[in-house]
Amino acid sequence: MSRVVITDMPRAEVLDPQGQAVERALRGLGFDDADRVRVGKRIELDIDGPDPEGAARKMCDALLANPLIEDFHVEVV
Amino acid sequence: MSEEALHRQLGLTDDEFAHIPELLGRDPNEPELVMFSLMWSEHCSYKHSRKLLRRFPVESDRVLQGPGENAGVIDIGAGWGLSLKIESHNHPSAVEPFEGAATGVGGIVRDILAMGSRPIALLDSLRFGELESSRSKHLFTRAVEGIGHYGNCIGVPTVGGEVSFDERYEDSCLVNAMCVGLVRADRILRAAAEGPGNAVVLIGNRTGRDGIGGASVLASAELSEDEDRRPSVQVSDPFTERKLMDCCLEIADEGLFVALQDLGAAGLTSSASEMAAKGGVGLDIDLDLVPLRETGMAAAEILVSESQERMLGVVLPRDVERVIAICERWDLDATRIGTVTESPNLVARMGGEAVVDLPAGLLADEAPLYDVPVEPQPISAPLGPEELPSEPVDLRATWLEMMGRPNLGSRRWIYEQYDHLVGANTVVRPGGDAAVVRLPDGIGGVAITTDCAEVHCELAPREGGMATVFEAARNLAVVGARPLAATDCLNFPNPEKGPTGWRLTEVIEGMSQALEALEVPVVSGNVSLYNESAARRIYPTPVVGMVGSVDPEKALGHAFQGDGDAVVLIGYGPRRLDGSEYLGARGCPPAPDVASEIALNGLLVEANDSGLLKSAHDVAAGGFAVALAECGMPGDLGATVELDTRSRADEALFGEGSGWVLASCSSENLARLTALAPPEVAVRHVGQTGGDQVKIGLPASTVSASVTELAAAYEAAIPGALNEH
Amino acid sequence: MSVAVVRFPGTLDHVSALAAVTGIGGQAQYAWHADDELPQGTSAVLLPGGFSYGDHLRPGAIASRSPIMAAVRRHAEAGGRVLGICNGFQMLCESGLLPGALIDNDSLSFICHQADLEVVDDSTPWTGDAGAGDTLSIPIKHHGGAWFGDAEAARVVLRYHGENPNGSVERVAGLANATGNVMGLMPHPEEACDPLLGSTDGRALVKGLVA
Repeated sequence: MSRVVITDMPRAEVLDPQGQAVERALRGLGFDDADRVRVGKRIELDIDGPDPEGAARKMCDALLANPLIEDFHVEVV
Repeated sequence: MSEEALHRQLGLTDDEFAHIPELLGRDPNEPELVMFSLMWSEHCSYKHSRKLLRRFPVESDRVLQGPGENAGVIDIGAGWGLSLKIESHNHPSAVEPFEGAATGVGGIVRDILAMGSRPIALLDSLRFGELESSRSKHLFTRAVEGIGHYGNCIGVPTVGGEVSFDERYEDSCLVNAMCVGLVRADRILRAAAEGPGNAVVLIGNRTGRDGIGGASVLASAELSEDEDRRPSVQVSDPFTERKLMDCCLEIADEGLFVALQDLGAAGLTSSASEMAAKGGVGLDIDLDLVPLRETGMAAAEILVSESQERMLGVVLPRDVERVIAICERWDLDATRIGTVTESPNLVARMGGEAVVDLPAGLLADEAPLYDVPVEPQPISAPLGPEELPSEPVDLRATWLEMMGRPNLGSRRWIYEQYDHLVGANTVVRPGGDAAVVRLPDGIGGVAITTDCAEVHCELAPREGGMATVFEAARNLAVVGARPLAATDCLNFPNPEKGPTGWRLTEVIEGMSQALEALEVPVVSGNVSLYNESAARRIYPTPVVGMVGSVDPEKALGHAFQGDGDAVVLIGYGPRRLDGSEYLGARGCPPAPDVASEIALNGLLVEANDSGLLKSAHDVAAGGFAVALAECGMPGDLGATVELDTRSRADEALFGEGSGWVLASCSSENLARLTALAPPEVAVRHVGQTGGDQVKIGLPASTVSASVTELAAAYEAAIPGALNEH
Repeated sequence: MSVAVVRFPGTLDHVSALAAVTGIGGQAQYAWHADDELPQGTSAVLLPGGFSYGDHLRPGAIASRSPIMAAVRRHAEAGGRVLGICNGFQMLCESGLLPGALIDNDSLSFICHQADLEVVDDSTPWTGDAGAGDTLSIPIKHHGGAWFGDAEAARVVLRYHGENPNGSVERVAGLANATGNVMGLMPHPEEACDPLLGSTDGRALVKGLVA
């Protein structure tokens, strides 16, 4: 059994209003050094099998990520 | 920890704690003590208000279900009932506004669902501190998001409500949610468990440690500086709520529920003890069968968990399989957790042993009832001329400033975050007086409003209570509706301190007199006390939700319809600056006159039924000048009016009274409208619609502004206040 | 001959969608997400609005993988008409039956108000007698309604007129597939079919299902 972490981020060319809002808020709090903020999501799951990374990639292609707007990264921890 | 300390920590007084063994014939064990503390909390038992609530009129030949159930139901004809209820979620919203407001909506929806009704409309009555405060900005914006998140996701249109901002709500914001539902009159469900041997089925979300102790900890004590109570705030899951609605209504349609109850404050304890006590039966529940989300939960935790989106149903043994199959089709957990018994006891077992075994009625009905101190207090006196501020030099600037106040400006920023259209039945949309929702099968429409005259209640509580009810009735009348029933949410400070007990009594008396005159029964309600901090005490805020019947084809809006129509001011009595938005909470506003109020509403409804009116709008906060602008802005239509008055200019423009309505009609119908007027009510033709300016002629001056600039100020009121740092 | 109005857990607009079809003289029946086939006699499919699966993961993502959607895809590929409204549009994009994706409004807020839509392409079955440049008044109500994609390559049918309410690329409000038989839009035509509710401009789109 492996713990797999999938990070799902909006693709660079896709408008990320959440990231923009967070960036504005950080600047408003005086964090002028905050730049290029992006907000994505993290999915954690257990995968039982010989190739957890490959299985996770298949899951991303099938459901977890939309390649038109999201890039994903799979990490087996 | 000593036993004594535990009961105090749970919020029971020493006397209450001492009373339990007298009733029980033995000492309660720990889970039982926790259950007593929750069921005897103010929130669940209404121990400080119950005696006073008996004053409300609750009967009429249309009442299908009065107070005491999850919601009231009123007969609307053709075999249909309309269920309604309003409830507060103030303290949870002050701690975590998004989830607090969202779960408030979820709770009221399940109350309507528990009657076997399909929820058809939501309204929200909100009070916050002024928007200069960053805390109030946060509470307000997050509460609105939470309401929207929940209501939008469950597909029940949020069609109305009100909001105001006052420093007095800085520490204790108010979030009251009202829901209206539709049910076949012969299919109303109730909470009373029946039939020993019947199965008790828990449907919906799994049980976790959400909101444990919420009922007593959050709602029955003043909030201290220490706001770190987040762990006990429930998290909302509107997707599950929607499935719960669809699923329970499907089960109800098949006639499979003997009884139904939602799990709200005090969770399973409250639902099970109320279902048993109402039915005069017992329930025997196996806590090991309750589906849990967390491990290692103690019996008391399972019994009082406030996990959301759960319902408890009683079904015949032969129907259990069918009920569970329907729930499975909706991807919902449904588990038979117990059985109805003949003994009047609520029994809860864990590991095969009875960990709780006591008469359900002790929890549900035997909470001690208290009288509140009702020492009469002086009523504020009307302001004399010398007590008023000097008249503003630039009335036009004052008018535009008023239009841009968050208390008077457009509510668009709020209601456009709510799906107010889902279901395709919203005939009169938010932004005016009452909302109008069309009912199915050609059975007509329902007008719905929530109102409260809290400043009036502070200055003169009995008259303020009357004014609150009459404002609600008038908001129904201006859309052409006849009032049917009311629900109320009494938000007050600590009733044991200062003038609050007396004010509560007086407000209830005033409301009751007005309701009796209107022949409108109260069919449900809620009380929220202790809305005060060391520094601030809220105004007495008795929010009234009222429903009325209206032909949706004839429902009237507040907007002027075209050029050249007559502008008519209809009403009675003085309009003064006392207690107005213009002046603030000083002096004494004009008291409502019962006969005139009834006559005014009767005239409006009759005139609209006869097709005489093109628009009608309550002259409320902000007075005549603000109301006139509000009628013109939606259609981008100006108006030219003359006010023949002996009042000071600011009083004529911004003064507030009880019963005034600004209407429009075609010039041909003006004479017929005037002829309809009863002796109590004046119908004054004050001008006509048209042009791009709103011009108000006064004896000594004329005030004028373009519709565009009025609208710019009005629309910027709330967004502008939120954007200021 | 009947329009299948598909229900998913969390679908909210099936009742008004069904009423809109029958209101223009069409026949309609519900279809269930877990079924493998559309109901017998289905001539067109309507995917109504709502929050299927609570909008979890991405709006429309989970619903677009449910069993009924395979049948909807077969229906579409055989030339059958499919209309996706709001959450239904999101499902059509998620399933690849329409190009692009719907992302959060640039305001990050839910928006609900009447909107003016400009007809861009009047050659599909979905805009009735309206010509290019005409405007339709239809409500919008969504949180994730900004279309993202290649507007040049897409067959854009409707565009927001005036101010862009949600940050949609090229103000796209609704589009069709290349063959025109599959149409998706964020606005709610089923709530603009009754004069009592202020507009009947939505009827043209609903008629596309039965014409």
